Amino acid sequence: MIIKQISVFLENISGRLAEVTRILADNKINLRALTIADTADFGILRIIAVKPDEAVRILTQAGFMAKETDVLAVEVEDKPGALAAVLDIFSKNSINIEYMYASLERSADKAVIVIKVEDVERGIKVVEANGLKPISAF
Amino acid sequence: MSFSKVEALARGELESLQFDRLGFTLEQAFKTPFYRGRLKEAGIGEDFRPGSWEEFQRLPFTVKDDLRAAYPVGLLAEPHEKIVRLHASSGTTGIPTVIYHTKDDLSSWAGLVRRSLCAAGAGESDVFQNMMTYGLFTGGFGLHYGAEELGMLVIPTGAGNTMRQFRMMRDFKTTIVHATPSYLLHIHEKMREEGIGREELFLRKAIVGGEPHSEDTRRKIEELLKIDVYNCYGLSELNGPGVAFECVHKAGMHLWEDAYIMEIIDPDTLLPLPDGETGELVCTTLQRNATPLIRYRTRDLTRIIAEPCACGRTHRRIARIMGRSDDMLIINGVNVFPSQIEEVLMRSRGIGSNYQIIVEKAGALDKLTVKTEIASSAFSDDTRSMNALTRYIKEALKASISINPAVELHEPGILPVWEGKATRVIDTR
Ligand SMILES: [Zn+2]
Repeated sequence: MIIKQISVFLENISGRLAEVTRILADNKINLRALTIADTADFGILRIIAVKPDEAVRILTQAGFMAKETDVLAVEVEDKPGALAAVLDIFSKNSINIEYMYASLERSADKAVIVIKVEDVERGIKVVEANGLKPISAF
Repeated sequence: MSFSKVEALARGELESLQFDRLGFTLEQAFKTPFYRGRLKEAGIGEDFRPGSWEEFQRLPFTVKDDLRAAYPVGLLAEPHEKIVRLHASSGTTGIPTVIYHTKDDLSSWAGLVRRSLCAAGAGESDVFQNMMTYGLFTGGFGLHYGAEELGMLVIPTGAGNTMRQFRMMRDFKTTIVHATPSYLLHIHEKMREEGIGREELFLRKAIVGGEPHSEDTRRKIEELLKIDVYNCYGLSELNGPGVAFECVHKAGMHLWEDAYIMEIIDPDTLLPLPDGETGELVCTTLQRNATPLIRYRTRDLTRIIAEPCACGRTHRRIARIMGRSDDMLIINGVNVFPSQIEEVLMRSRGIGSNYQIIVEKAGALDKLTVKTEIASSAFSDDTRSMNALTRYIKEALKASISINPAVELHEPGILPVWEGKATRVIDTR
């Protein structure tokens, strides 16, 4: 139930981001989640797409520096306090969250949160032990 | 390895040969309008023949601007019918410098290059692909005629057109190439891109010249291409390549002292420095008929290695060029050589071989930015590890040049790639 996130180095954030999304769209690869971490002079784009292996191959061919990273994703109810409860589980088990972001798509009452921790397998076990369901695919 | 007797003359004999030939150079110099004036000004008579180094130092220096002022024929010592070729600096702005050659001049130049290539372990069974620009620039022709003189099969591809270079290297089993260091790095990149395997090539050595580079760059090229790389020194005013050359021991370049008198001077005081101290290289030609040069200031910074070399040649060596006094950047009052920056970058893991140095004004201060390309292997989705890489390079640079630079990481392929001489420094001040 490890999710493969695609990480892409963005030389120039707005211009290159538009290119990445266009290339993926041209290849009919849908994006499920997306976030950008930026530093002073470059950005790192993190995306969840339907066919991660293919997406990395296409982006690399197009000259991008792209690689896969293991993350986990959980569904949380769209109500006050739900996210805090999930974060509590991690902190009680001393698992450090490196970063997290929300999926683009959500149903009326649920949101999907993508979470990066160092040991993804352990993260999944802990989440399950606490009665939550890590999702296996987007 | 065999070499001619003159390459191993006892120091005393070599020095008397130098004084003998210096007489010839002075004779030729007095035939040129430029030196007639310059030597007279310095109180040097036509019969002056130095008998010691102290006396030699009475001779005036010659600088590049003198050559420009003497353009086009002020430094020509022979009648036009004796001249068979000229080379000129390609300077896009300003007056070029021109060096004329008689047949004898060309043949002694080719002889020096032949000797140099032998020192680097080349032989007549080698196939030599010359990837240096042919033309007014001396790099192409200089090695070409020396390589032919040695008896190698010479393929004059010139610079650029990398796919054709590969075809020639593969089909004619090239064993030695002559190129700039940045072009060799480019070749390696291209091999990876095009999926050309090292085993398809028969390459064993490369002669590099044309641009300053560091020892780390040499080692990097040697590792990447699995070849031996030899450093060569030349300057168009002193013929071009073949002034000094590394022997197989790769421990400094033997400067051919039967063809040049070398000195190292302090560029500020103009006083000669003892062997081993770093300063500006000054050369006097000893075998040139058409354009003799006396105490020519090369602007190249190096030092003399006087200790005997394991190869047995007695001609002293010069160390890798540290930079040109012209290339030196003064950033917030500190002297910085681009070669120092390159050295740090080549040593750093996680970045590629391309870089760019930008110097600009930021208010009253100078700002130095070093742009490098991140290697795919070092790319991480974690901003902290990427920032750590930037910080590491920054600190390594600070330790080497005593200046705090801004360091930028870029995608591979973003910084301009050079197929010829690299101009990696952009100074907008
Ligand atoms: Zn030697």
